[in-house]
Amino acid sequence: MTDWTPGELAIVWLSLKVAVVATLGVSLPAVGVAWLLARGRFWGRGLLNVAVHVPLVVPPVVTGYALLRVFGRAAPVGAWLERTMGLQFSFRWTGAALAAGVMAFPLVVRAARLGIEGVDRRIEESAATLGANPLWVFLTITLPLALPGVLAGLAIGFAKALGEFGATITFVSNIPGETQTIALAIYSQLERPGGDAAAMRLAWVSVGISVIALAASEWLSRAVHRERA
Amino acid sequence: MSLRVDVAHAAGEFRLEVAVEMAAGLTALVGPSGAGKTTLLNVIAGVVRPDRGRVVFNGEVLGDTARGVWLPPHRRRIGYVFQDARLFPHLTVRQNLMYGRWFRRRLAGGSTPDEVIDLLNLGPLLGRGPSRLSGGEKQRLALGRALLSAPQLLLLDEPLASVDAAHRSEILPYLDRVRAAQAIPAIYVTHAWPEVAPRADGILELRAGRVV
Repeated sequence: MTDWTPGELAIVWLSLKVAVVATLGVSLPAVGVAWLLARGRFWGRGLLNVAVHVPLVVPPVVTGYALLRVFGRAAPVGAWLERTMGLQFSFRWTGAALAAGVMAFPLVVRAARLGIEGVDRRIEESAATLGANPLWVFLTITLPLALPGVLAGLAIGFAKALGEFGATITFVSNIPGETQTIALAIYSQLERPGGDAAAMRLAWVSVGISVIALAASEWLSRAVHRERA
Repeated sequence: MSLRVDVAHAAGEFRLEVAVEMAAGLTALVGPSGAGKTTLLNVIAGVVRPDRGRVVFNGEVLGDTARGVWLPPHRRRIGYVFQDARLFPHLTVRQNLMYGRWFRRRLAGGSTPDEVIDLLNLGPLLGRGPSRLSGGEKQRLALGRALLSAPQLLLLDEPLASVDAAHRSEILPYLDRVRAAQAIPAIYVTHAWPEVAPRADGILELRAGRVV
């Protein structure tokens, strides 16, 4: 258990980077979409709800394939992003973060939506009568009150991003030092004769990080509740 | 001041159909439960958009469905004290009190925080959370919060309903002090006629969604 190689540490570091970037990148759009689904009344809301859940229900390899067809170097959006912003996703760690973010997105939306739906609309109304426009109502009333749900969603999303496998390997392959996260490295080590010990070490690390992330979110939610009691 | 409300609104079985004009001072809005008193206040505050109708306050059209106009609550200067106070549970008493003032800070008129704290005796409560307040204290805070949002009209929806009889006397004198100090027109919804009768300048009675 103790003979860590520098390569393994780099793998753990890369995984954390990918998962943190994916979770942060997803947080704003996910909370926005959760608000639309919880509070919005507009044409196409049902359609949006279905679209959000697609990565959760289709095989991850299909999501990865779709990312390849949209964000690959030869694909329209991918080529455009590289030309205008120098942003390249395919076979880069940024692509791994994109895949992880897309897979985590529905989980964050679901938890955040539940949190927002749990906020008493009548309290939002009273804020509006005091002069707060809808954006201010959201920022000062809805979001703080929905925070436990949002944090829980982000923790689940982080855990999902950390463990993402299928979409990642399809979209950005399994390149050591660039896109090989913990999950992909465990897979590679199991393919390799004598890789068992390394696979076991990485497996324990992934379990440890996930448990810590969940415990942290639980603790944060409680801290929020305690402050309000 | 003048407030003209001419609206029709249906919600399920219930139908509100009202055409009234209210003058300055305190208007008591009375009638049995389900008569549409709260719905009428919600329409005036802009929280409920009626099926059709007009609301005109001091010559300003707050809503006119025929012209597709309906100002949202935050663009009306109407203070609303709800039956259930509706304080912000994540903010302290002080933050609750100042909430509306921050949004209306550029508007002239209205009272200063010190005046309102003094008027409603909120000083000892400022550092607490709203969950540690009694029913009467909650309503005093809700009233103070509304007053500090620089309102031109106050809507009071049975502010004493959730306060037991023994503690009502803790609020009524405060209401009188507010009325004496501020001269803001108010509409006061109540079941308990005796508590308002001596204070009212006008009476409006609703029954099954209509004025009687």
